[in-house]
This record gives sequence, C-alpha cells and structure tokens, in this order.
Amino acid sequence: MSNIPVELKYARTHEWARMNDDGSVTVGISDSAQDQLGDMVFVEVPEVGQTVDAGEACAVVESVKAASDVYSPVAGEIVEVNDGLADSPETVNQDAYGGGWLFRMKPGSAGDLDAMMNSEAYAGFLEAEDH
Amino acid sequence: MPFIPHTETDLREMLDAVGVSDIEDLFDEIPDSLRIDKLSGVPDGLNEQEVTRLMIERAEQDGRPLCFMGAGAYDHHVPAAVWEITTRGEFYSAYTPYQAEASQGTLQLIYEYQTMMAGLTGLDVSNASMYDGASGLAEAVLMAIRGNRKSKSGRVLVPTTVHPYYRKTTRSIVHNQGIELIELPYCTEGGNTIPESLSKYEGQDIAAVVIQQPNFFGILEEVDQLTDWAHNNGALVIGIANPVAMALLKPPGEWGEQGADIACGEGQPLGVPMMAGGPYFGYMCCKQALVRQMPGRIVGRTVDRDGREGFTLTLQAREQHIRRSKATSNICTNQGLLVTAATIHMSLLGAEGLRRVATACHANTQKLVAALTANGCVEPVFNRPYFHETPLRFSLPLEGVMRSLHAHNILPGYNLSADYPELADTLLVCATETRTDADIALYADHLNRVIDAQTAAGCPVEPKMA
Repeated sequence: MSNIPVELKYARTHEWARMNDDGSVTVGISDSAQDQLGDMVFVEVPEVGQTVDAGEACAVVESVKAASDVYSPVAGEIVEVNDGLADSPETVNQDAYGGGWLFRMKPGSAGDLDAMMNSEAYAGFLEAEDH
Repeated sequence: MPFIPHTETDLREMLDAVGVSDIEDLFDEIPDSLRIDKLSGVPDGLNEQEVTRLMIERAEQDGRPLCFMGAGAYDHHVPAAVWEITTRGEFYSAYTPYQAEASQGTLQLIYEYQTMMAGLTGLDVSNASMYDGASGLAEAVLMAIRGNRKSKSGRVLVPTTVHPYYRKTTRSIVHNQGIELIELPYCTEGGNTIPESLSKYEGQDIAAVVIQQPNFFGILEEVDQLTDWAHNNGALVIGIANPVAMALLKPPGEWGEQGADIACGEGQPLGVPMMAGGPYFGYMCCKQALVRQMPGRIVGRTVDRDGREGFTLTLQAREQHIRRSKATSNICTNQGLLVTAATIHMSLLGAEGLRRVATACHANTQKLVAALTANGCVEPVFNRPYFHETPLRFSLPLEGVMRSLHAHNILPGYNLSADYPELADTLLVCATETRTDADIALYADHLNRVIDAQTAAGCPVEPKMA
C-alpha cells in the first residue's frame, strides 16, 4: 500500500497538490506514480511565469521506461520550480511529497482544488485501478 | 533467426488447429462491399527470369556517364572491402532491430559509428542516423525549436545557399507546425551568406540559424561570424556539413566561440554508392545539453549486473513507440545497412585516409575549373574559396552545351537555373578524387569542341541557288 498523506489533494492523473499558507499551491506526483514509473532519470519542469490551464500538461517526468506528462491540477501561474531535480531526479522517487516537489503556482481560483480527491478517495481510486 | 517457409502440410495443420477449412475463412468478417477482387492496375507477376531481364534493361537506361556532378551526392571511391564486409550475413539486414539488445554486434557497430560521427563533427553525441540529409535538416529544425526554450517565435533563418532540396523538404515537414523558415540572401560576388544580412534580425526572437558548409555552391561560409551572431542573439546553430569536407575544414563543433549546437547532413559520401539517388542516410550530432531532444535511436555502452560490458538502446523514453504523439520524432526504421557501410568505410580510411580523399577532391576540382575556364567562354561565378565543387557561368546557351556533352556520355554538372533563376547558364561542377587528369582533359576537350562549333562564324560564301 503506497503512502498517501491525508493533508494533500490528489488528481486522477496522480498529481498531488498542497495548499500553502500564502495561497500558493505546490504540485508533485504521488508515491504510487513514482513507484509505477521506476527510476527517474530526468525531470523537465515548467518555466517560471508560465500560465497554465487546469489539466494542461506542463512538466515531464522521465524514467528509464517512460516519459510521462504532469498535468497542472489547477489553472494559474507558475511562481517557482524545483531546479534541484536537474541534478537529482531520483529525489522524486525517494521523497515524492517533500523534496520531490515539481513546481509551485499561484492558482487562478482556489475552488479548483476542492474538485480534487482527498487521500481516502485517492486510495480507493488506486485500488479500483488495480483491478 | 532463419526464415522458415511453410509447407502445404504446415498450413493444413495450422488451419486444422484453428478449426477452419480454408484460409479465406479467416477473413469472413470483411464485408463483400469492401473486398477487392483483382487489382486492375497491377499487371500479373513476372517470374525470376523475366524480372532479371527487366531490371537489366532498366539499369542500362541510366548509362554510366563520366560524372562531374555533385550537388549533394558525390562519386567517391568505395574500397571493395567495405561492401564485402557489409554484405556478410551478420550485418546484412536493412532493418533496425527493436529487440535491440539481442544484437550486440549490431549495437556495437552503431556505437562505433556514433563515436566516429561525434569525432568528425566535433560534438558530444551522435544518434544512430536519420533517413537522409534533407529530412535530417527538418528534424534538426524541430529539435532546435524544442531545445531552445527561451525562444517562442518558431522562426528559423535558412540561407538560400542551403541545398534547395533540403529547404523544400524542411518546409514540407515543418510548415504546419507553426514554424517560419526565413531565407537569407547570398552575396552575388562571393557566393556565401552575407553576415551583415543578419543584422536586420538583431534583437528579434530567432530560434535557430542554419549554416551549410561548404554551401550548395561549394563555397565556404563565414561560419564563425554566423555562429557567434546566432548565439549572441539567443539562437541555436544548426550546421549542415559534408562529412568528407570535415576532414579538412573546421567541424561544426568548433565554429565560433561556442561551436554549433546541432550538426546534420548527408552521409552518402562515406562509403555509399550514388545508386541513382538512394537509399542514403543522414547523420545528426549535438551538444550534450540537447541530447534529450535528439530524435532517432541512440546506442549506449553500459555494464550488465555481472559487470560485463554491453550495448543497449538508450534514452528510448523519447521515442515514438513510448511517447507517441509527444515523441521527439516519428522516425523508426531506416537504411541501417548504409550506416554499416559508412562505419566500415571510415574505419578503413581512417582520419588520414579521409583527409587524403578530401585533399584530392579539392585539388581535382581546381584542375577542372582551370581546364574548363581556359577557353575564355566559361568563368567562375564567385570569388570566394570553395571545396570540391563550384559554379561556372557559360557565355553561350547552356542547354546546347549540355546536350552535346550528354551525347558524349559526360555528365557535365548541375544546372543551377532551375533553383536559382538569377543564375542562368550556370553549371555547378564537381571533381572528386575519382576523376583523373584524363577525365578532366576529356571534358575540357569536348567542351572546347562544342564551343568552337557553336561560336564558329557562318560560311561566308553565299549559296548560288536559292
């Protein structure tokens, strides 16, 4: 059973989102996702200042067996990206919810996060996917 | 893996196992309205004897003219050993193995090829080849657009001194992808891209600049100036370089302060016969920073879990069989056999041999130009240095001259007026290391006779009878 922190929100495409105190949203991929993808070799993060729509592909995580798009869970503007992943992409495998964060954004409207799954719903979603 | 054809007994057994009486039964889902009875435009099959006869007749239609034409494909000597080895059963498959790691020998050969091309171009990485030089340029443009993340304009500067077919092919491939190819003029005296012509794009968002060296006219470009301008203006540099020329000239990796970012071009001059236009192969190399944007296969060297060295396809996650519509390219298989030949050719010649070939080409072209311009009716068009080909302007109509020379089984050169209407009566002539002094003398001799015949004064005696 993979690690699914309760304080985060989850997308059907396996991104997690954290609402920060300043209203910005940090995004990464879930522990289940990193496990499925395997050893990360490269992460392509978006550009700071880039505006994205909800559901728009804005980053790529590349493992030895697949290069997967990462979709922004909400609409907004990218304010910070995790440059450290350029040298240590394996952080996404080792610490998917912490040091493996991909980008932080200023959401267009906070409401979009409410549409995401909570940890329980995501756990159920993962179970259903397995069958 | 040997090919084992089925016998009638095999077929019968398989059909019985599946539970059908006739192979046609397996297609019974296809509605009658969609079935084709007979392909009316396709003639009946020929047997081996008939096909052999037909192929011989077709091949003889090409003739074997004495070739003084370059323009993208060159008549170089290929040592007999090259194809003797290339056609060995172990190598002799045009197909690109996707169960790649099973073919360690093939992968090693491709790895060696990549190493040689990276060395020849002065860059860090090479891929396992492209289809040809023209589509290689198109891929390089797409790669530069992807790789230059700071540029959003999709605008690429392409000199008109780049091979016309390469420009046309690139346009076909990129024009629906929001990419604008902007042509740069050439200097009418020098035949090169005017570095100053770039200044009108100064400060604008340009994704990449293409430079061909030597250019289509055989003229040498100011590669350092052009490269530095591009980099200072935030553009990537794509260098199209003739691989034989790079044995003598500065390779793309050493252009300007930082070197070109991507090098691509036609690999035919390396051990591939001209073969009436193909199949050839294209090469592509780049700096390490761009390697993830490079299309095509890349072979890597690694160790297995017992520490033994082995070869593998690497960075495959970018390819179309995994990444699908977001792949770096949809290239899959190509004429890998020619890469095999090229690798063996380069191994046999070595750096020194390639340099000698290049030197001989240069010397012979100079001899050719001297011989052809001696009559005073033919002169070089451009005054800059050139490598192994150059345009010559004829002061009499070219068509008649060419017709006469063709009748003497000489291919005098490439008529430039089709692609460059401003260069009327101009022939791009080329002499590789395979053209001897006797060949050159033959061409000059026939040319002089043609000129004499066409410029002779008419008979001064008036006819007595009307």
